[in-house]
Amino acid sequence: MPVIRFITVRLLQAILVTMAVTLFVAFAIRLTGDPVVMMVSEASNVTEEDLARIRESLGLNQPFLMQYYDFIKSLVTGDLGDSFFRGPVWDLIAVAMPATLLLAATSMLVSILISIPLGIYSAVHKGGLADQVIRVLSLVGLSFPNFWLGIMLVLVFSITFPIFPASGYTGLASLVLPAVTIGIILTATNVRLVRTTMLEILSAQYVMVARAKGLSERKVIYKHALRNGAIALVTFMGLQFGNLIGGLVVVELVFNWPGMGTLSVEAIAQRDYPLLQATVSILAIMIVGVNLAVDLIYGLIDPRIRVA
Amino acid sequence: MTDQTQNVKPRVSFRRKYHRFFKFEFIAGIVLTGILGALVLAATWLFPEGGRTVDLMARLTPPFLSWEHPLGTDPLGRDILERVILGGRISFTVGILSAAGAVVLGTVIGLLAGYYRGLWDTLIMRFADIQLALPFILLAITVIAIVGPGTDRIIVLMIVSQWVQYARLVRSSVLSLREREFVQAARSYGLRDRKIIFGHILPNALGPLIILLTLNVANNILLESSLTFLGLGADPQTPTWGGMLSEGRNYIQTAWWVTVFPGVTIMLTVLGLNLLGDWLRDELDPLGRTSR
Repeated sequence: MPVIRFITVRLLQAILVTMAVTLFVAFAIRLTGDPVVMMVSEASNVTEEDLARIRESLGLNQPFLMQYYDFIKSLVTGDLGDSFFRGPVWDLIAVAMPATLLLAATSMLVSILISIPLGIYSAVHKGGLADQVIRVLSLVGLSFPNFWLGIMLVLVFSITFPIFPASGYTGLASLVLPAVTIGIILTATNVRLVRTTMLEILSAQYVMVARAKGLSERKVIYKHALRNGAIALVTFMGLQFGNLIGGLVVVELVFNWPGMGTLSVEAIAQRDYPLLQATVSILAIMIVGVNLAVDLIYGLIDPRIRVA
Repeated sequence: MTDQTQNVKPRVSFRRKYHRFFKFEFIAGIVLTGILGALVLAATWLFPEGGRTVDLMARLTPPFLSWEHPLGTDPLGRDILERVILGGRISFTVGILSAAGAVVLGTVIGLLAGYYRGLWDTLIMRFADIQLALPFILLAITVIAIVGPGTDRIIVLMIVSQWVQYARLVRSSVLSLREREFVQAARSYGLRDRKIIFGHILPNALGPLIILLTLNVANNILLESSLTFLGLGADPQTPTWGGMLSEGRNYIQTAWWVTVFPGVTIMLTVLGLNLLGDWLRDELDPLGRTSR
């Protein structure tokens, strides 16, 4: 039963990685200093007993492993407890997560819409002028910080020409600039991916056969080559999900986008560790989940992958 | 027949064209990296005050108006050109030191793991999975929340999280190299493992390593600017590209030059390194093992 074995191994690996990441996050955050001292720093007449009482109410007097157990339990049951300053963690994430997912999905879409046609064109006309321009442009796209591109887009499209809002979320128009920012950064990588994949496929024998049959070039490229390349492309793009999330964190901050990235950075500033622990862990689990899904799907479609 | 000639002809011209293109990449890369590198090296000598001269009378002077401030000034009247060049010191230091640390650590571990297999091997692959699940930015903000901001911490974090890439790359090279005849011959000749690993295997695994190193320096310069932008790097007094961008962002409505010039400088630096990396890849790694 190689299929079952393959699925089990991948699942176990994913669980192990999730455990390691959450354990690391939980442990690291416990070292950030005593949040109780931070919480009461504004009050004047605080006694040791008060501190102890607050610690107990937050569960901070428990041994670390006990706290970690509680945290895992809360992740599984969905009851994430209270943030130190802002009410239930779950409520905050319920608002931030859709915002982040919306931004991530739109950026992906922007990037796919640009990179697939450009990548194919570049591969088909390999060595031509357009190919070289596309290659250089994609290299340029890999060469600036994503947040700077965001600032430049704001400069042009909301200050010089006030077309789109510069920050916050006030309707679909505010989605444009952040999505284009991340979309362009993703495109720089994706164009190269599409180009290499297509080049490989276009030299395959079945493409030669398709051409020999006398099929039109359009049919060869879109029906035979692209369809076969699609599996590989989806996989590569899926594996980029981690990069996408990493990029989102900074870009969200630039646009004041009310998502998980902004929430995490705010949580750090306030040493709100139930919140930070939840945001970082959930993002990491999402990445593990997406990678696992991509792996499984690809492995099931194409048995050659399972070995690796 | 006609079909064949059609197939052959573009091939030849493509090769010729491509060869020119490689050269273009090389020249552009060397020129960009060289000029910026030289400026940054000379920065301390060019600007002994360290870009901290505040001139409140000259706050937010627009660029291209005077020789005194060719790229204008920032909200405290400090010269942008001066601070951009000085800011390169941090970027280059972080880029080079972090990549150097990661390449040494990763290569040694990768060589050992690939040669001896076993436990190390498994550990590396699991560590790589973990690293894949926790994007560097998230790792960095978590850890820096604990240890406090600073350039040195960023370098250490980069080494800790990036050696895996090198270890995996070297490991995969070693796995194929250790079965090759010249390694078998060296072994049957009675050479010690250390000699075989460092004298015979390593030199043959260098190509992909150098490519990854170049691209890694470029990438870490970008990461450093992101982290400093988020306030996790050097203190705001020190001129850094990320720091200048985060300061300038508040003045974007009135003074575009404060954010445009540091950003363009980052782009040119990283582009130069990426061009070199691409050129190296085409020359050293035609199979594309290091492609991203």
